[in-house]
Amino acid sequence: MYTQALNTSDGDNSHIEDAARSANFQARIDADERIEPNDWMPAAYRKTLTRQISQHAHSEIVGMLPEGNWITRAPSLRRKAALLAKVQDECGHGLYLYAAAETLGTSREELVDLMLAGKSRYSSIFNYPTLTWADIGAIGWLVDGAAIMNQIPLCRCSYGPYARAMIRVCKEESFHQRQGFEIMVTLSKGTEEQKAMAQSALDRWWWPVLMMFGPPDKASQHSDTSTKWKIKRFSNDELRQKFVDATVPQAQFLGLTIPDPGMKQNANGNWEYSAIDWEEFNQVLAGNGPCNRDRLAARRKAHDDGAWVREAATAYAEKRKQRQHAQAAE
Amino acid sequence: MAVASIQVSETPLVLYTLRRADDALILGHRLSEWCGHAPMMEEDMALANMGLDLLGQARELYAYAAKVEGRDNDEDKFAYLRDVRQYRNLLLLEQPNGDFARTMVRQFFYAAFADLYWRAMMQSSDPTLAAIAAKSEKESAYHVRHSSEWMVRLGDGTEESHRRAQSAIDDLWAYTGEMFHLDDSERGLIDAGIAIDPAKLHAPWLKTVSGVVNEATLALPDNNWMQQGGRDGRHSEHLGHLLSELQSLPRTFPGATW
Repeated sequence: MYTQALNTSDGDNSHIEDAARSANFQARIDADERIEPNDWMPAAYRKTLTRQISQHAHSEIVGMLPEGNWITRAPSLRRKAALLAKVQDECGHGLYLYAAAETLGTSREELVDLMLAGKSRYSSIFNYPTLTWADIGAIGWLVDGAAIMNQIPLCRCSYGPYARAMIRVCKEESFHQRQGFEIMVTLSKGTEEQKAMAQSALDRWWWPVLMMFGPPDKASQHSDTSTKWKIKRFSNDELRQKFVDATVPQAQFLGLTIPDPGMKQNANGNWEYSAIDWEEFNQVLAGNGPCNRDRLAARRKAHDDGAWVREAATAYAEKRKQRQHAQAAE
Repeated sequence: MAVASIQVSETPLVLYTLRRADDALILGHRLSEWCGHAPMMEEDMALANMGLDLLGQARELYAYAAKVEGRDNDEDKFAYLRDVRQYRNLLLLEQPNGDFARTMVRQFFYAAFADLYWRAMMQSSDPTLAAIAAKSEKESAYHVRHSSEWMVRLGDGTEESHRRAQSAIDDLWAYTGEMFHLDDSERGLIDAGIAIDPAKLHAPWLKTVSGVVNEATLALPDNNWMQQGGRDGRHSEHLGHLLSELQSLPRTFPGATW
């Protein structure tokens, strides 16, 4: 049913995807033109973007949970306000992104249902638990830092609505990243217990954050066409390396140790990191991370518990419309 | 030396300001509990938005209370190092979120009051309170609009939403009287033009509330017996749990800076 729904967005004309249209499309991409919702596009381009943008949207929404876990326990009113504002921003990012995905012809409800059914993914990182307050700092610093590395190039992505959404998202995201780093600075200048808390957060988040950039280039299944269509502008490994190079000096500034004793700087100045545990990554993607079940359960519960509210809003809107019709008829 | 709890010099103005600050903090905290769990994404944002407004009001009021008190207390000490008996918020605002109808009815009862209250307080002879009122009034006007619209949608929506909204009204009604209650410590402030007499807000509040409840096809209860105690630190059993969560970090690591 869902696959069918995805396919219908291709319209009745999908069979006339001829060579000329494809060539024209690729020429526009090569000339760095933006593709807009009413433009012709290959069915596979539509499909891959729907997948990517909706998964990005799901990530924003599921990503509210690990941080939301600490809103009621934030240790000062200033931190509490900043965290609440940040999580609210993320919900807003989710809404922009669903709107961008909808321009490709699939409704937000259908996309959300796919996620709740476990058929559409969200970022692997949100399947890790926030065990201490320092995790909130580490998420802002590392997770948002990695997200920015991924998202800045998407501001130039070939699909106009996605690129424009990313420009807005990135502005807020860099603000969050600075807030997270500031939490880490405060903790690393604090008591021994606070420093230990900061180190523990870095230890637990470092490798999962490196996995956010996706599988290594040689194993990445979507890379070839995504690069050709300028959805993707840098490879997973290129972005991961950029992130590591930017983050090592920040960890040094904090006086924290990256949990990779084999890490060393090479002659080009790049930091060479040790092998990533791709088995863990695959397990998390397969639903076997530490919080996969909790995250989906929380989203399903919100969805199910809220059903009567959404039904009430619909029923009221319908009654109102009928009353207005009746009045107009009088 | 870090202390586990603070002492507060509750002069009338400090007490008055803390009562309003506690109202905003406790309701803001309750709204923040919804984050990520609301019936729809738009409402997730709206609840967080209102929670943030209230948290902002609380911070301004705590800062002012600290200034008036003139000890070394500050917003975080007020929020994190006072126990249940020192908290002065309205009982209504510490009530658990329950379902969405309960949250919205609580929000509506308070916002309809806060909107009138802050508008009146803009005339306060205390310039700081008048300035806080001017900012808060803009926010509470939004909160009352948002919650009124939901009252009508829920009351005049489906049978189930009507039933839930009515049950929330019935359960929360007894906590509304405290908003209009006046005690001796506030009388002097009213005479000095610093505070306003909340009893005078009851009639316009009831007019707004009845109007919306009526439009929502709901009814106000006949029982007008009202529960009190929050203003004097006699709370429901809910507040202790809320504070143990809110205060856990500063109490676990006394004296740390975050």
